[in-house]
Amino acid sequence: MSAAESALASPSPPGTPWWRRVLAFVTEANVAVVTLLAVVGGLVVGALLIIVTTPATLHAWGAVGRAPGAAFATSFSTVGNAYGALFAGSVISPSALGHALTTGRGWTGVFTPISETLVSATPLILAGTGVAIGFSTGVFNIGGQGQLIAGALAATYVGFGVSLPLVPHLVLVVLAGAAGGALAGFIPGILKARTGAHEVIVTIMLNYIFLDLLAYLLTTHPLQQPGQSNSISQTIPMTARLPHLFGSTLRVNLGLLIALAVAAAASWFMRKSTLGFEFTVIGANPSAGRTAGMDARRATIAVLTISGALVGLAGMSTVSGTDFFLSSGYGGAVGFNAITVALLGRNRPLGVVLGSLLFAALSTGGRYMQAVASIPIDLTTVIQAVIVFMVATPALVREIFRLREAGAGKILLFTKGWGG
Amino acid sequence: MSAGERALSDAAEAAAVDARLVSLGRVRGMGVFLVLLGVVTLMAFALGVTGGARATFLLSTPPSIDLSPLVMSVRPVAIACALVCGGLGIVLLVRLRTQGSYLIFSAGFCAFLWAFLAWAARGNTLNFVQMLAETMVAATPLVYGSLSGILCERSGVVNIAIEGQFLAGAFLGAMIGSATGNLWLGVVSGAVAGALFGALLAFLALRYGADQIIVGVVIVAFCTGLTNFLTAQVLTPDQTTLNSPSTFSPFAVPLLDKIPIAGPVLFDQNVFFYGAFALLVLVHVTLFHTRWGLRVRAVGEHPRAAQSVGIHVLSVRYRNVILGGVVAGIGGASFTIGSIGEFSAQMTAGLGYVALAAMIFGRWRPFGALGAALLFGFAVSLQSFLAVLSVGIPSPFLSMAPYVITIAVVSGLVGRVRPPAADGVPYSLE
Amino acid sequence: MRLELAGITKRFGDLVANDGIDLSVEEGEIHCLLGENGAGKTTLMNVLFGLLHADGGEIRIDGEPVRFSDPGDAVRRGIGMVHQHFMLVPVFSVAENVVLGFEPVRRLGFLDRRRARAEIRRLSAEFGLAVDPDALVEHLPVGAQQRVEILKALIRDAKVLILDEPTAVLTPQETEALFTIMRSLVAAGRSILFITHKLKEVLAVADRITVVRLGRVVGHTTPAETDEDQLAAMMVGRSVELVVHKEPARPGEAVLEIAGLRVVDDRGVTVVDDVSLDVRAGEIVAVAGVQGNGQTELAEAVTGMRAVAAGTIRVGGRDLSHATPRRAIEAGVANVPEDRQSDGLVLSLSIADNLVLNQYDRAPYARHGARRLARVRADGERKLAEFDIRAPSAAVAVGTLSGGNQQKVVVARELSRPVKLLVCSQPTRGLDVGSIEYVHRRIVAERDRGAAVLLVSSELDEVLALGDRVAVMYRGRIAGVVDPSVGRDRIGLLMAGIDAVAPPPGGAKGESP
Repeated sequence: MSAAESALASPSPPGTPWWRRVLAFVTEANVAVVTLLAVVGGLVVGALLIIVTTPATLHAWGAVGRAPGAAFATSFSTVGNAYGALFAGSVISPSALGHALTTGRGWTGVFTPISETLVSATPLILAGTGVAIGFSTGVFNIGGQGQLIAGALAATYVGFGVSLPLVPHLVLVVLAGAAGGALAGFIPGILKARTGAHEVIVTIMLNYIFLDLLAYLLTTHPLQQPGQSNSISQTIPMTARLPHLFGSTLRVNLGLLIALAVAAAASWFMRKSTLGFEFTVIGANPSAGRTAGMDARRATIAVLTISGALVGLAGMSTVSGTDFFLSSGYGGAVGFNAITVALLGRNRPLGVVLGSLLFAALSTGGRYMQAVASIPIDLTTVIQAVIVFMVATPALVREIFRLREAGAGKILLFTKGWGG
Repeated sequence: MSAGERALSDAAEAAAVDARLVSLGRVRGMGVFLVLLGVVTLMAFALGVTGGARATFLLSTPPSIDLSPLVMSVRPVAIACALVCGGLGIVLLVRLRTQGSYLIFSAGFCAFLWAFLAWAARGNTLNFVQMLAETMVAATPLVYGSLSGILCERSGVVNIAIEGQFLAGAFLGAMIGSATGNLWLGVVSGAVAGALFGALLAFLALRYGADQIIVGVVIVAFCTGLTNFLTAQVLTPDQTTLNSPSTFSPFAVPLLDKIPIAGPVLFDQNVFFYGAFALLVLVHVTLFHTRWGLRVRAVGEHPRAAQSVGIHVLSVRYRNVILGGVVAGIGGASFTIGSIGEFSAQMTAGLGYVALAAMIFGRWRPFGALGAALLFGFAVSLQSFLAVLSVGIPSPFLSMAPYVITIAVVSGLVGRVRPPAADGVPYSLE
Repeated sequence: MRLELAGITKRFGDLVANDGIDLSVEEGEIHCLLGENGAGKTTLMNVLFGLLHADGGEIRIDGEPVRFSDPGDAVRRGIGMVHQHFMLVPVFSVAENVVLGFEPVRRLGFLDRRRARAEIRRLSAEFGLAVDPDALVEHLPVGAQQRVEILKALIRDAKVLILDEPTAVLTPQETEALFTIMRSLVAAGRSILFITHKLKEVLAVADRITVVRLGRVVGHTTPAETDEDQLAAMMVGRSVELVVHKEPARPGEAVLEIAGLRVVDDRGVTVVDDVSLDVRAGEIVAVAGVQGNGQTELAEAVTGMRAVAAGTIRVGGRDLSHATPRRAIEAGVANVPEDRQSDGLVLSLSIADNLVLNQYDRAPYARHGARRLARVRADGERKLAEFDIRAPSAAVAVGTLSGGNQQKVVVARELSRPVKLLVCSQPTRGLDVGSIEYVHRRIVAERDRGAAVLLVSSELDEVLALGDRVAVMYRGRIAGVVDPSVGRDRIGLLMAGIDAVAPPPGGAKGESP
C-alpha cells in the first residue's frame, strides 16, 4: 500500500496478514471504496433510466408475465449497448483494437478515444483544481462558466490580435487566459470581502452576464469572424495554438501537461506554502485566522482570484488546444463539471485529476453513445450528479452497502450560510 | 430599583438600541446615488433629445375603461424628473435619518425610470399598461421561487435547488398536462416533482448532514441533466402527445378588470398569477401570526431552544423543505402550462437563482420578496419593450439587466442582511 | 412533587460522563448540585430534561418511574429548566419566547398574543420577575433574559426548576435578587435544583447539597454541616488552595496606554465609551464587570480585532489605535481570546499547526513562502512538554483535546514569543481546577517577567485573586479603578453602576448620536 493509500484507510494493527488488510480496506467506508461505489451507483441509476425510457425495453417489461427472460435480455442488451459504446468511445474500442492487431494498421483509431478523453480532461483538471482551492478556503466558486468565458475571450483576443513567433505568442496566450479568469474571479472576491455579498449568487449571476457579454462581442468587430453573420469569433493562428503531443491526428496537446503541472503546483501550494496554510486556516475557522493576524478579506479576494485564474486557464486550453475559435453559449458543461470533479476529488489536486479523467471519459464516451446507441448524452450529467450525491453523503453509501465506518469519508467543506 | 422600574429601563434601552441599528452611511450612500442619477437624467435624457421630441404612453388596453394616451414632451418631463430625483437625493443627505429613507429612495428611483422610459419612447409609442402586465407575468415564477426559499430557510435549511425544482416542475407539468389534457393535473404533477426534490434535499441534508449548498447545487445539475435527457429521449419523439399542453388562459375578474391600468395589470391574468398572490398572503399570515409560523421561525433561529420546549426540529424542517419543493414545483409548472405551452431544455435560465436573490433582497419576508420579484420582473419586461423600441442599446446588455440588478442587490442595496440565525447549519440532537 | 434520580449513567463513547448518580429533590427545597467544570453536571441535567438519553438508571417522580424521550415529556411532568446558555430566540419578543411550544391559540392556530401577555404579567407580578412582554429578547440585558427563562418554566407550571449555573452572568447584587426569587418560588411549594461550582453561593442558598466529581456522586451534605474548604476538597478530590500566591507587583513604566477610547459594535451601538486606562509593565490590571458591559470589546480593540471609533491605544509607545491584529501581534501583544474554540484555535488542525498560527509565515517556521513542516512539528513536540499539554503527539487535531488542554495550547502559543502586553479574556472559563491553577500561575509568571497584563474576567474571584488593580466596567465606561482589597461588595456595587462615592453617570450607553 502506498503512503497515500494508507493515509486513506484506517490503520490495521501490525502483523495482520495482507489479505485481511485488503478485506478490511474494501469493507470500510474509506475514500476509495465510497468513490468506487458512488460510480457504481451512478451507473445503476443511469441503467434504470435507460430501461424505463427506451420503448423496446418498456415493451418487453410490459410482457414480463409471458416472457420474463426476454424482458431481462432486452434490458441487458440495451444497457450493454449503451455502456459498451460509452467505454468504446472513451477508453478503447475492442473492434478497432482487433482490427489493428490483425491488420497492423489503424493504430490511430485505437488511441483516438483515449486521446479524446485526455483532451476533455484537460480543462476539467484546470478548472476543477481552481474550484477545489476555493472550496478548501470555504469559498464556493460556482462561476466556472463566467471565468471560462473570460479566460477564453482574453486568450482569443491575444491569439488573433497579436503576431509573434510560436513560443512567446503561446506564453502570452496562456498568461492572458489566466489573467482573464483572474479578473472574473476578482469581482466576486472583492464584492464578498467588501460587502459580504454571497459568492454563490454573485458567481452564478456573473455566468449569465459573461454569456451575454460573449454574445455581444461575438457579433461585433474585432472579435467576430469577418464576413460572417453568425456569432463566431476569428480563428487564432498556428502560433497561438498548443502543439499536439503525439502527431497531428491525435488531439491530445500541451494543455494536458500544463494542467498536470498546475495540479502538482496546487498540491504543493495547499500543503506546503504559507499562503496555502492561511487559506486552510481561514477556510476552517476565519475568526481564529483573524485573531492570529491573518486578513480574511484579503484571503477571500486572493482565493477567488487564484481560483478564477485557474478556471481561466481552462478556457484558454480549449480555445488554444482544440477549438481555435469561440462561439456563443461557450463553457457551460466544463464550468459545471469543474464543481463536481472538485467534490469528487475531495478538494485534493490528485483527486481532481482522477475525477476529471472519469468525468471526461463519461462525456467523451457519452458523445459516442449518443451517436451509436441513440442514448442522449445528457444521461452522463445524470450519472455524474448521482456520483456526487453519493460522494457528498458517505453516510448514505455506508448504509446502502453496509460498510464499516472510517474517518476519511467526508468532504471537508462547510459553506457558511448567507452571512458576510 | 423596583421591579417595575427595571422593566421600564430595559425597554427604554431596547428602543435606544433599535434606533441606531441602521447605519447612516447607507442613507448617505443612497442620497449621493440619487443626486448622481439626477445628473445623469439631466445630461442624457433631457439634453440628449431634440427639443420637440415627444413620447406617447398608452394607458389602457382592453378590457379596462378607455383612457386617452399620455403624450409627453420628453425634454421638460426629463428635466422635471431629474429635479425630483436629485432633489430627493438632497433630502436624504440633509435629513440624514434612517426612517423612511428607503421610501424616499424608491420615489427618486421611480422618477429616474419615468424619465428613462420617456426618453426611450421618444418619437414612438410605449404600451405602458402592457409593460406593467408583463412585469407581473415575469414576476410570478419568482414569487413562487422566493416563497419556496422562505419556507425552507425560515426553518433553517438553505434551498439553493429552486432552479432544479423549477425545471422538474416545468417538465412534469408540461408532460402530464399534455398527456392527460388536464391542466390541473399538470399543476399537481409539477408540485409533486418539486416535492420529490425537496424531499431529496431534506433527506440528504437532514438525515445525513450533507452540506446543504452542495446538495442543492447537485440537485440543479441532476434536474438539468434529467430533464434534458428525458426531453430528448421521451418528449421529442412524441412531441404532439407529450409536449404540447394547452395553457391556462387569463381569467378576467368581473368589474375589477374595468379599472384603468390596474384592471389589465392585476385582474386579467391566469391562475398562476392569482395563486401566487394567494400563496403570498397565506405564507405571510401563517408565518407571522400562527403557532405553526412561530415554531418554524424558532427552529430556523435557534433550534436548540425550539427543541428544549418540545418542538421536533427535524420534523419541522422536513415538512417545510418538502412544502418549499411543492411551491417551487408549482412555480416551475407556470413556465410551461402557465406560459408558452411547451417544455424546452434549460428554459428556466437561472431564474431559480434570481428568486433566491429576491428572497434575500426581501429579507426573508414574503412581501419583501414580492417587491424584489416585481423589480426583477420589471427589468425583464423592460428588456423586451426596449428591444422593440430600438433605443440603441444592444440586446445582450438588456438581457444582462436582471442579473446585474441581482448582484447590485446582494452586494449593497440591501446592506447587511440578517438571515435566520440557524440557516444552513446542520442540526443534531447529541 | 418529589424528584429522584437513581443510578443514572451516561456514556459518550469511552467517556463515562455520569456514573450511577443518585440524587433526590424534595418538595419545597433548594437542592444544590455542586461540581467543577467537566464533572458531568450539565450532562446529568440534559438527561433529566430529556435532551439526552441515559444508558442506565431511572428517573422517578413521586416514586413512579418515568421516561422522557424529549424535553416535551419532561415539561409535561412538571420539570422546567433554565439553561446555562439561554434557550431564547434573540429576534423574538419576550412573550413569543415564553409561550413557544406552549402557545395560547385562537381559531385556526392563530396566536393569542393578548392572552400570552396577560399570563406573563400575572406571573411577573406573582414572583417579582419584571419584564416587558413586548421587548425583543436580544435587546434585554442578561439578567432580564434570565427572568424570561424562569418565566418560560413557570408558565408551563413547572414544579421542579433546574437552574444550570444561573449566576455566571450576574452581578453579586443581581445574584442576591435571584436568590430572593428562588426563595419565593420554594415558599410557593416548588422545588429547585441549583447547579453551580461556586462554593459561596451553595452555602448561601442551599437546603441540601450533592457533590459530584468525574461523573460520580462523592457525597451529600447540608450548609450547616460543612464549610468552603471542605466543599472544595470534595469537589476537586484534594485540598485546594483558594488563593493565588503572588508577590506584590513592582510596576514599571506604562506599556498599554488607552486614552478616550470609544468602540462601536456590529450594530452601530457604542459599547466602549470614553475609556482611559494605563497598564504598566509588571502589573495585572483586571477588568471586572457583568458580561456585556464593554469589556470584551475593550479587549478586542486593544488586540486590533475591532475598529476604534475614537481615542487612542498605545503599546510600548507605538500607536496601535488603527492597527490590524497582525500589527498588534508584531508590537508584542499576546491575545488569549474569550472564546478559544471559535477565536483561538482551528479545531481541525494539529496542535503543532495551532501553536504557530500567528507565526506560520515567519522564520524559523517558513522560508521564501514555503513552510518548514519538520521544524513546526519538532517545536510542537517540545511545547507539549514545556506547557504540560496532555496529548499523544503534536500531530493530533486540537479538537480532540479537553478544554483545559486546548486552553494550554492557546497560552503556549501566545507566551512562546517575547510579550510586552498580555491580553486575557475569560482565560479560565469552563476549565477544571487543575487547569485553572496552571493558567493562573502562567499569568502571574508573565507579570513577574515584566509584561503588562490586561485580564478581562466576569469571575469576581478570579479578578480579586489575580488583579493588582481592578477596573470595573459598567455600560461601556470605567465605573472605577480600585485596589482589590476594597472587597467584593464595593466592586459588586461598581459592577451595578452604583458608586458609593459619586453618583453614576446617568442614562443608557451612548446617548450621543
